[in-house]
Amino acid sequence: MSSGLSWNLADDVRQMLVFHFMLNALRAGTIVAVVAGAVGYFMVLRRQAFAGHTLAVIGFPGAAGATWLGLSPVFGYFGICIAGALVIAALPSGGRANAGLGGYGEESAVIGTVQAFALACGFLFVSLYKGFLSGLNNLLFGTIIGVSDDQVLVLLIAGVGCLAMLMVLARPLLFSSVDGAVARARGVPVRVVAAGFLVLLGLAAAGTSQVTGSLLVFALLVAPAATAARLTARPALGLTLSVFIALVVTWAGETIAFFSPYPIGFWVSSLAFAAFLLATGFRAVSDRHGQRRSRASARPMGNRVAAGAV
Amino acid sequence: MTSSIGALNNLADRRLLAGGPLTGISNMLGHPFIQHALLAGTAIALLSGLVGYFVVLRGQVFAGDALSHVAYAGALAALAAGVDLRFGLFAATVVVGLALGLLGGRGAADDVVIGTTFAWVLGLGVFFLTLYTTHSSTDNGAANVNVLFGSIFGISAGDAATAAWIAAGLIVVVLLIGRPLLFASLDPSVASARGVPVRLLGPLFLAVVGATAAEASQAVGALLLFGLLAAPAAAAQRLTDQPWTGLALSAGLAVTAMWGGLTLAYAAPKLPASFAIMALATAEFGLAALASTALRRRVRRRHATPLPVTAPTTAG
Repeated sequence: MSSGLSWNLADDVRQMLVFHFMLNALRAGTIVAVVAGAVGYFMVLRRQAFAGHTLAVIGFPGAAGATWLGLSPVFGYFGICIAGALVIAALPSGGRANAGLGGYGEESAVIGTVQAFALACGFLFVSLYKGFLSGLNNLLFGTIIGVSDDQVLVLLIAGVGCLAMLMVLARPLLFSSVDGAVARARGVPVRVVAAGFLVLLGLAAAGTSQVTGSLLVFALLVAPAATAARLTARPALGLTLSVFIALVVTWAGETIAFFSPYPIGFWVSSLAFAAFLLATGFRAVSDRHGQRRSRASARPMGNRVAAGAV
Repeated sequence: MTSSIGALNNLADRRLLAGGPLTGISNMLGHPFIQHALLAGTAIALLSGLVGYFVVLRGQVFAGDALSHVAYAGALAALAAGVDLRFGLFAATVVVGLALGLLGGRGAADDVVIGTTFAWVLGLGVFFLTLYTTHSSTDNGAANVNVLFGSIFGISAGDAATAAWIAAGLIVVVLLIGRPLLFASLDPSVASARGVPVRLLGPLFLAVVGATAAEASQAVGALLLFGLLAAPAAAAQRLTDQPWTGLALSAGLAVTAMWGGLTLAYAAPKLPASFAIMALATAEFGLAALASTALRRRVRRRHATPLPVTAPTTAG
């Protein structure tokens, strides 16, 4: 993919946008980043990161199965992710906020088994569909080539629907995520909101897997949101920041992938991880600074008291 | 792990000779590639069942997930560097297992940190894959698939024997530390009060889990090894509360899934072996979950019947 990279950025961008596939990749990436940043923010707030991961992983057999049956993988992704979200919502623990890999042996073992079985099914479909083995990496780790116009259209419709639904759900969702018991007492239909959010999560996971691949969704769905959550506690600002980081990571990742021989999955996950590490470091430094300042302001008082006592 | 060409030859061999689903077992056992697969597979399944039981008991399933990502990155890093794939596999998983054990002592890291970190490790694996693809001329799409989903029918005699010996050594280690480990897993504070070296056992056990992950990824691949660790163990835990029975049951279920999966994949050449193994392990867990739910309901009903008799007496 390496066409010459020069120091003239405008020229580079123009050179990149000559290619229709690149234009489509950027369009798809933009839609997905906005949705993933927004939905991901609520997901991190609700501690449902691993539900998102599971949904993305079951997207892989969906896409592989759809390809095997001669359908577009897009329908496979969305179909199975929405179905999976409804199943999780119907499970007894699905309504609870922490239906993730919390470390409790039984539950996480079940999730692990489901994920491994889903991946095994995906592998089965891929090997049943001969000549598709080269597409395996694209499904698992993402690609910038081969986003079709139809796929962009489906992503756009799903993305707009997703954001509209999120806007309707946002207030009760935020309320029930922050304090479920109080929200329930105030008459918020907590279970319905939780189920609706899981469907949104399924849509977001299906969209994200089409850019980063099924295995690397954490890079767009979790890392930008987690980064934003480290930087601010205010929901509106955090949401904006999360979408912004997801957009920057996607655009930068796709651009670097275009000019370098290494795939998008690597760049997007590395950039997202770097942002997350920076935010974590920044947070640690500012926390320590804050601590020292409060200690510094406390010490003279302590000295004064001690001096007074002497 | 053998070259991809060997794997392809074996695949063709399998297609030709597996005339139909009713080819006799003795016929099946006559093929050297089946013998190698059975040798390595049995040892690996036995090890995974034993180690997996402790993993589930200790609530460390996340470590299995993390190590599967590390196994992928490690194997491809070794391929890119031009050394034996197994070297990268074992080095990466054992080192990360030890590190997880040493760091994990101070409070559990939250799932966002774990997930983000290991997604990046997987991304690193893709980077090494591209490095390997661009810097060598061999057909390595197959190598990538083998690392991800295993190639147990492509394993050579020498590799099978090595895998079996390593598995045997690790099983001995697990059985040696089994008793204190069980004690430390069930009640860490009492165990450490009784002089069990709990702080030493944790990292040691996770290093063993790492080596097990490296072994299992040779059989079912880096992506599915997590299932081979979790499914039989979770099934065994559903069926019994007795730790030693559970441990044996978990190992037995893993070996059954392995044998059944290999036979199924041999009989129906369209099924990849790792899919067949994973499907059987999942089915075992599903059946165990159904059986235990039915059993619990019956027990509850039996306990429920005397209640109306006792209720009036306590009320009166």
